[in-house]
Amino acid sequence: MLSSQLSNIVTIGYFISMVLFVVYLSTRSKSMALGGTILAYLGFLLQTVAIGLRWYESYQVLGADGRAPLSNLYESVVFFAWTILLIYIIIDLKYKQRAVGAFVIPFAFLAMAWAQLQLNDAIEPLVPALQSNWLTYHVITCFLGYAAFAVACGVSIMYLIKAGKEEKNASGSPIGGILAVFPSTRILDDLNYKSIMIGFPLLSLGIITGAAWANYAWGTYWSWDPKETWSLIVWFIYAAFLHARFTRGWVGKKAAWLSIIGFAATIFCYLGVNLILSGLHSYGG
Amino acid sequence: MSAKDRNAITALWDFFCSLKLTIVTLILLAATSIIGTVIQQGRSPQEYLQEYSESTYRLFDTLGFFDMYHSWWFLALLGIFSINLIACSIKRFPVVWRTVRNPVLIADDSLFRTLSNMEEFLLKAPVAEVQGKLSTYVGQRFAAPVLSEKDGVVHLYAQKGAWARFGVYVTHLSILIIFIGAIVGSLWGYKAYVNIVEGTEATQVYPRGASEPIDLGFAVRCDAFSVSYYEGTGRPKEFKSLLTVKDGSQTIVEQRPVIVNDPLTYKGITFYQSSYGPAGDPTFNFRVKVRATGETVDITARQGERITLPGGGSFRVADFTEQFQNFGAAARLDVTPPAGAPRSFVVLKAFPEFDVQRGGEYIFSLLDYKQRFYTGLQVAKDPGVWIVWLGCALMVIGSMVAFFLSHRRIWIAIRPVGDKTGIKIGGSAHRNQPAFEIFFDEFKKNLKAELKV
Ligand code: HEM
Repeated sequence: MLSSQLSNIVTIGYFISMVLFVVYLSTRSKSMALGGTILAYLGFLLQTVAIGLRWYESYQVLGADGRAPLSNLYESVVFFAWTILLIYIIIDLKYKQRAVGAFVIPFAFLAMAWAQLQLNDAIEPLVPALQSNWLTYHVITCFLGYAAFAVACGVSIMYLIKAGKEEKNASGSPIGGILAVFPSTRILDDLNYKSIMIGFPLLSLGIITGAAWANYAWGTYWSWDPKETWSLIVWFIYAAFLHARFTRGWVGKKAAWLSIIGFAATIFCYLGVNLILSGLHSYGG
Repeated sequence: MSAKDRNAITALWDFFCSLKLTIVTLILLAATSIIGTVIQQGRSPQEYLQEYSESTYRLFDTLGFFDMYHSWWFLALLGIFSINLIACSIKRFPVVWRTVRNPVLIADDSLFRTLSNMEEFLLKAPVAEVQGKLSTYVGQRFAAPVLSEKDGVVHLYAQKGAWARFGVYVTHLSILIIFIGAIVGSLWGYKAYVNIVEGTEATQVYPRGASEPIDLGFAVRCDAFSVSYYEGTGRPKEFKSLLTVKDGSQTIVEQRPVIVNDPLTYKGITFYQSSYGPAGDPTFNFRVKVRATGETVDITARQGERITLPGGGSFRVADFTEQFQNFGAAARLDVTPPAGAPRSFVVLKAFPEFDVQRGGEYIFSLLDYKQRFYTGLQVAKDPGVWIVWLGCALMVIGSMVAFFLSHRRIWIAIRPVGDKTGIKIGGSAHRNQPAFEIFFDEFKKNLKAELKV
């Protein structure tokens, strides 16, 4: 299928973009950063086309049963990569911190590589449980939230690296090497917060649309199944992060760790629950 | 009350007002919630004993791990969390309310000093003129200012988005509202199920974990149940029950299709398509030909029922399956011919002529079969659900306001300095200060142009 071939090109694009950003970190060459950024933007545009095309193809394969490409593990992983780029581009347009790309694009590349190489990309019709518009709202809000957390995680890793180096170099000698192009810890901390500020309301909406759907389909908005519970765990962690900012002793490194743990929990919620635990949300498996 | 008591109460109050407690509680809630995702919840003791040793089972049972989200300690954690939320709000809300209702109209020097973007300059124009121009400008570019005068100094104060300060409180209140909705639902609602065989009706449903059925006060009949498949596959496309609701002698809805993701609600009770299964044995239509005479009879038989055949033999349907080695529906028959040993063989619905080749006394064709189904419905009544949705809506609105809007304030002091006029201007936003500074720099630049500084 054409959409699948486009997705292969997108994957390669993200890979090159990632490499260019890493080269930028070590060489500090502005043109490398520019190249990485341009490839990321082009990849995003092409992926938008690929997702739209897959939507169209679903009508060719399934006739009237065609549907938005958001309904199995392959499609959700591809969509996850797309949302990561979307949030990354928003942050990039606003804050223009090029070094961030080296820590965010890899997430998108890994997702695409996994989807294209390992996952089943057949277009299959929906089982009755998934035939609902709530599926679309739920998936879109959840994944936009997850993507914002991915960006926050990348930024937090940068924060910890930079803060760690700064502590060692307390003597005041300027920091060289790849850290030279890192934004200051103050900006990284702010970017981390801004990303979570985008992600948290989206995750809340994702949990709420999931609850609304469960209530509509089964009559219980909350049944403590592992997927629901893990999304709540993620929500608790980021709520703790938001309050850490107002609390002495919890700002800085601890907040960055909370952000990284939050993203690890997000990934577990998304994949671990399906692959390791059992529950109602079997579509990922 | 002794001083010691008062100290203890203050300490307790401070404990419950502290944000450290919030963070610790949130992390504890997150960490302990994992338990219930690793240990299956709400199973029978037998099932647990297969998985865990006796002593582990007893330990987990004591700790409430088998129904942990309703265990005393998890509810206690949620209780502490709620008290924390309420105490914190009680402590902070009055301050915010005063900031919004009684804003500081007159900025003294100490306030100006706290504003990072404060600026001072002199103008060659009388106070009255400057004051007029400034009021108009601030009104047009920001918000209508409040004027006050003190010791010969004119003060302008203007603010925008003061209510954005309440976003956080709306968010926090929304959590309590959701809790209230959940409590209302668990006190006055129920979750139950009912199986209704096609063509029959139910007036009672069976709540989970309780033995007494609940009277609906009306009757629900299942007129038909069906499963449809995606063409050419065994993949189900739709599970559908046709339901009729009768209240007394009145028919409320007739043959309403209820499918997964499209339930039926009557009198606050909702019925969800959830499962199905065969009800009793299927009935079959056979055409049987007596080989010797060529006589043909059509026979209707239920599974297991022994039927006499022309010429003195008999048969019964011993077994049935809808899918036999990819050949479709098949019945296994036990046939006792008039003479000789009984035989057992399979007939396929898809190949009605096939049995001729067996060479028996009777030739069987399976023309059709009918399997009655029951539909399994989840039944839920939850009067708290609208409170929960109200809480959810407030949470989304509240957190958007808290994150993306801010209370912005501008103070200006105008004082005569000899024959000139001195101006002091400063502003602040209660959050997202960088964005405000960009606006405020532009604002000051245009203001100076307006006043021709
Ligand atoms: C999971 C539950 C909670 C959620 C989702 C939540 C949500 C929020 C949000 C979105 C903010 C704004 C954060 C920001 O501006 O960066 C906030 C601030 C705050 N929260 Fe919570 N909160 C929760 C629990 C609590 C609890 C239990 C307390 C109890 C003390 C609390 C006290 C505060 C305080 C004092 C602020 C700072 C307000 C300010 O000065 O701006 N929160 N909360």
